Amino acid sequence: MAKIIVVTSGKGGVGKTTSSAAIGTGIALKGHKTVIIDFDVGLRNLDLIMGCERRVVYDFVNVINKEATLSQALIKDKRTKDLFILPASQTRDKDALTIEGVQWVLEELAKEFDYIICDSPAGIEKGAQMALYFADAAIVVTNPEVSSVRDSDRILGILQSKSKRAEEGKEPIEEYLLLTRYHPGRVASGEMLSVSDVEDILAIPLLGVIPESEAVLKASNQGTPVILDSESEAGLAYMDAVDRLMGEERPLRFLEVQKKGFIKRLLGG
Amino acid sequence: MTDSGFRLKGSVVTTVLLEIQTFSIDDIVFHLKEKINQVPHFFNQAPIIIDISKMKRGIRLEEFEELIQSVGALGLGVIGWRCDPEALPVWNASVTVPLLPASKARPINISPAIKEETSPDVVVKTVVEERLVPQSSKVITKPIRSGQQVYSEGDLIILNQVSAGAEVLADGNIHVYGALRGRALAGVKGDVEARIFCKSMEAELVSIAGSFMLSDALQNIVWKDSAQVLLVDDSLEIVPL
Repeated sequence: MAKIIVVTSGKGGVGKTTSSAAIGTGIALKGHKTVIIDFDVGLRNLDLIMGCERRVVYDFVNVINKEATLSQALIKDKRTKDLFILPASQTRDKDALTIEGVQWVLEELAKEFDYIICDSPAGIEKGAQMALYFADAAIVVTNPEVSSVRDSDRILGILQSKSKRAEEGKEPIEEYLLLTRYHPGRVASGEMLSVSDVEDILAIPLLGVIPESEAVLKASNQGTPVILDSESEAGLAYMDAVDRLMGEERPLRFLEVQKKGFIKRLLGG
Repeated sequence: MTDSGFRLKGSVVTTVLLEIQTFSIDDIVFHLKEKINQVPHFFNQAPIIIDISKMKRGIRLEEFEELIQSVGALGLGVIGWRCDPEALPVWNASVTVPLLPASKARPINISPAIKEETSPDVVVKTVVEERLVPQSSKVITKPIRSGQQVYSEGDLIILNQVSAGAEVLADGNIHVYGALRGRALAGVKGDVEARIFCKSMEAELVSIAGSFMLSDALQNIVWKDSAQVLLVDDSLEIVPL
């Protein structure tokens, strides 16, 4: 049985799609057959981050409406084995998603895949609720600032009350915190919330801390998931997060302000 | 969210029962109006059931519909009607409001003499029960997240945190064995003896029986520390624990 993981946040622009792409790729790299679904109908982005925008023919809504088969709509990733993308429709809106339709697609995918990553749209309305409804686990993407933390808290409440597991009184959705765009320097100067501040407010297990990095923007523009960039701190931090998601122990990295180099210290740092 | 877009749930609503004994539309409207004027808030939009099981003579459909109209015009909402199942009128299926099953409570037989004496035109029976039994408290183990609201008719005991943007309300006391960052309102039905206890006071608002204090004021008294909130001579007191 496939594990359905929703990547959600409440707030927009915190890195849900970047994280979905990176984590989905990371899981596939570990040899698990993985599909990433873009639930952001009308604001399709995942295909750009994954660099497969020119290969989109059919989409999620076409499959729901039975205008195309799943195998026609699924795009096989060119770089990573075992990784597929189900793109969102750009010409429709969230109302095109129905609970029966989404359930059917997920059931069909579950027959073939080990992991289904649902890239949620921002907000707490229908689109976001559809993405999280069938989830077994949730990765709550949060930036270290108050409004993002507040919105994450809100979405955690929705996970507890409006998911299928909650409605059926089953074991609740596993919740994980993924702190993105973390800037140790700005935390040290008090401009940003620290890891412990966010953990204290949200009180869910920490999956990882992704440092703010130029590499993320570069990777997005190139259409390559940042996790494939093993030179970058962000890529390594995502790999750590995937390892933890798979149940491995990994110490947190990149939380400290970079030490000044020898020359800088010599010059009176 | 469900497949069908709705959920069916059982619910118990306190209603007013209008038990008709002798039918005279003018008398009923007159006396009912008098009753309503005494306690207008209670009757405003109150759900009401018309009971004709105690009527000695039968009633015609036109008369009954007129009664429903008139009661509705007084600002009450007729949600159904009842009659003796043995004497079900032939027109029972034509009434615009649903026929409700007869009350299970059997009337106590009192001697005919007394019965004759006490037969006013209209008896407005309120089925509001005086509940003397203390309400049980509600215990919550999960965090209360932003946007969530929890209410207890008795005490509310939360073994976790209350996030900013969440709201916890209780007719009785509120205990929060974690950080209280949202709003806590104790004694919402006016109990001035109610109190709020929390392990870490970081609330947006605390209120007891309508007297409230905002976080700005709280920060000057107790902040990020255990505290209790109580009402002393109509003013809120925040006391460290």
